[in-house]
Amino acid sequence: MSGPSTYEPKTGFTKWLDSRLPVVRLAADSLVDFPTPKNLNYWWTFGGILAVCLVIQIVTGIVLAMHYTASTASAFDSVERIMRDVEYGDLIRNIHATGASMFFLAVYVHMFRGMYYGSYKNPREVLWILGVVIYGLMMATAFMGYVLPWGQMSFHGSAVITNLIGAIPLVGPVVKTYLMGGPAIGDPTLNRFFSLHYLLPFVIAGVVILHIWALHVTGNGNPTGVSVKDVKKDTVPFHPYYTVKDGFAIILFLIVFAIFVFYYPNALGHADNSIEANPLVTPAHIVPEWYLLPFYAILRAVTFDIGPIPAKLIGVAAMFGSILILFVLPWLDTSKVRSMRYRPFARQLFLVFVVACIGLGFCGANNPDDLLFKFREDKLAVTYTTTDGKAATELFDDFNQARARQTALPPTAGASIEISASGFKWLWLSQILGAYYFLYFLFILPVLGVVEKPKPRPASIADSVRKKHGSKTSSPVAGVAPQAAE
Amino acid sequence: MSEPGSNAATADSAHAGETRRDFIHIAAATVAVGGVAAVAWPFIQQLAPAGDTRALSSAEVDISKVPEGGEIRVLIGGMPFFIRHRTANEIQEARNVNVATLRDPQTDDERLRPNMQGALNPTILVTSGTCTHLGCVPVGPSQGTVGDFGGWYCPCHGSHYDTSGRIRKGPAPSNLPVPNYTYASDTIIKITL
Repeated sequence: MSGPSTYEPKTGFTKWLDSRLPVVRLAADSLVDFPTPKNLNYWWTFGGILAVCLVIQIVTGIVLAMHYTASTASAFDSVERIMRDVEYGDLIRNIHATGASMFFLAVYVHMFRGMYYGSYKNPREVLWILGVVIYGLMMATAFMGYVLPWGQMSFHGSAVITNLIGAIPLVGPVVKTYLMGGPAIGDPTLNRFFSLHYLLPFVIAGVVILHIWALHVTGNGNPTGVSVKDVKKDTVPFHPYYTVKDGFAIILFLIVFAIFVFYYPNALGHADNSIEANPLVTPAHIVPEWYLLPFYAILRAVTFDIGPIPAKLIGVAAMFGSILILFVLPWLDTSKVRSMRYRPFARQLFLVFVVACIGLGFCGANNPDDLLFKFREDKLAVTYTTTDGKAATELFDDFNQARARQTALPPTAGASIEISASGFKWLWLSQILGAYYFLYFLFILPVLGVVEKPKPRPASIADSVRKKHGSKTSSPVAGVAPQAAE
Repeated sequence: MSEPGSNAATADSAHAGETRRDFIHIAAATVAVGGVAAVAWPFIQQLAPAGDTRALSSAEVDISKVPEGGEIRVLIGGMPFFIRHRTANEIQEARNVNVATLRDPQTDDERLRPNMQGALNPTILVTSGTCTHLGCVPVGPSQGTVGDFGGWYCPCHGSHYDTSGRIRKGPAPSNLPVPNYTYASDTIIKITL
């Protein structure tokens, strides 16, 4: 897509500069003249939104670092000081904390868009992989950032995650110790997390540059998935068409952002993190931030051993695997048709996939053993040990009957009364949805690309635009034999 | 094939085509890799627990201060430990259990350590304070809740431990581990991570 440069320096200074450091040429080629498919919809504005998110996080983060102290003795207090005493400190921290959530919201839309329109397919595999790298770096940055306020959820959440790493065979315990810098989460951990939390956003910025570079080599995909055939007919210059469209979307996004910052700054956080970390008291219900919940659900969905491999290790492998599988997505999807607009079955199974991901988020937020819905009214269960040493249970509707049965049993039976609930566990839902998550990547996408008969696709981008607006058009390409990489 | 103008080619056909320059390339690359590794090592090893952190990985605790029927909780290097002074009843309960019925079979004696005289001291029980399920800290007599078996109760996911710290009910897979500790005197124990 990046053809020969069309930039012509006009003034004496720009001519002089252009032969020494062609930075104006670079900006003009990539942000002004860059030929962009004319049919991009609003799902394509999230790249620009994400760039804005990164800048917001870096600017607010640098300011917060001026007031924060990375020490277990004073971290929590320094955050409280930012909230109460530092001029506009509460505003800046609320922007930073909300910004993390908005960043992930935007990245998930961006990723789902890429998956729906086949943005990872030939020739954009490297572009996609760089995006997955950025996503991984974002998760690492967010995880370490969440530890810094040194609240209860910071401490115990990070303890759970580091314990997961410790569960990896052979290297796990060593990596865990090197990550924590001691036998438990403490001062050394907090200091290195602060250092890395400051570093990683700049690494992300570096990979973003590679991501945009790769984008400008292949050019944008587009909702039809049909490649640009005639630059003149199929594309428009990035400026003013997409600077304005992106700008409009960014303003809408910032409105939502501002509503959270000004009216619901704590809605996306957890109340337990307003209590200072205490290693001796664990919060009753440890949960990560909302954007990591689907992976937490996959981790906890594995409650069964497979042969000699313990459930905990399989859970850890499934959780990391659910992220790593994104790297090979370009090779798992065997369909030559990029856009799911023209893939009737894939389209529906993709929508189920999105619902499964969101559903896994809800599974992660709920205790696995809690009930999603009940099969029957709760009953009272009298449990006791029979004379031959076996456990027995009898169910009662009425407390007096249960009590009578309990007192009728000999004291050696150790009878006790408990509430017996029967229903559909969140655990089972997370197992079903987690299975679909992997099924989608490992079975549906590889097989569907071979067996599915795609619908006819427009001959060109210009054609699809004309058709949409009711003008006459040449007949669409028959969809029986998909052309290579459409 | 030997380099033009070089007499370095070996006559041996097994080494045909190799030159002194190849040797220099390999040797230089090897030295460079060794150098990078030597420089990288300090930058990796600095992540390991520092000397003062390691020095805090053991602590001496005065067990005479623990009230009967109660416990104290100590943090060693950030890890919680329970030191419980058991009543005669609690010791009896711990001993009366049929070990074969336990999820993680261990007798009460196996969970004690010999004192200065070489005898087991059943009144003092020392265990890790980390639930073996997901690492929460169970509550005990000081919090007013001891669970169904008189020991500890983990409020996170409902694991019950008995007066010997053994798992009796709930999702935890194993007993509260007994840490490495020795009696330094009749009233002082030294716990090491």
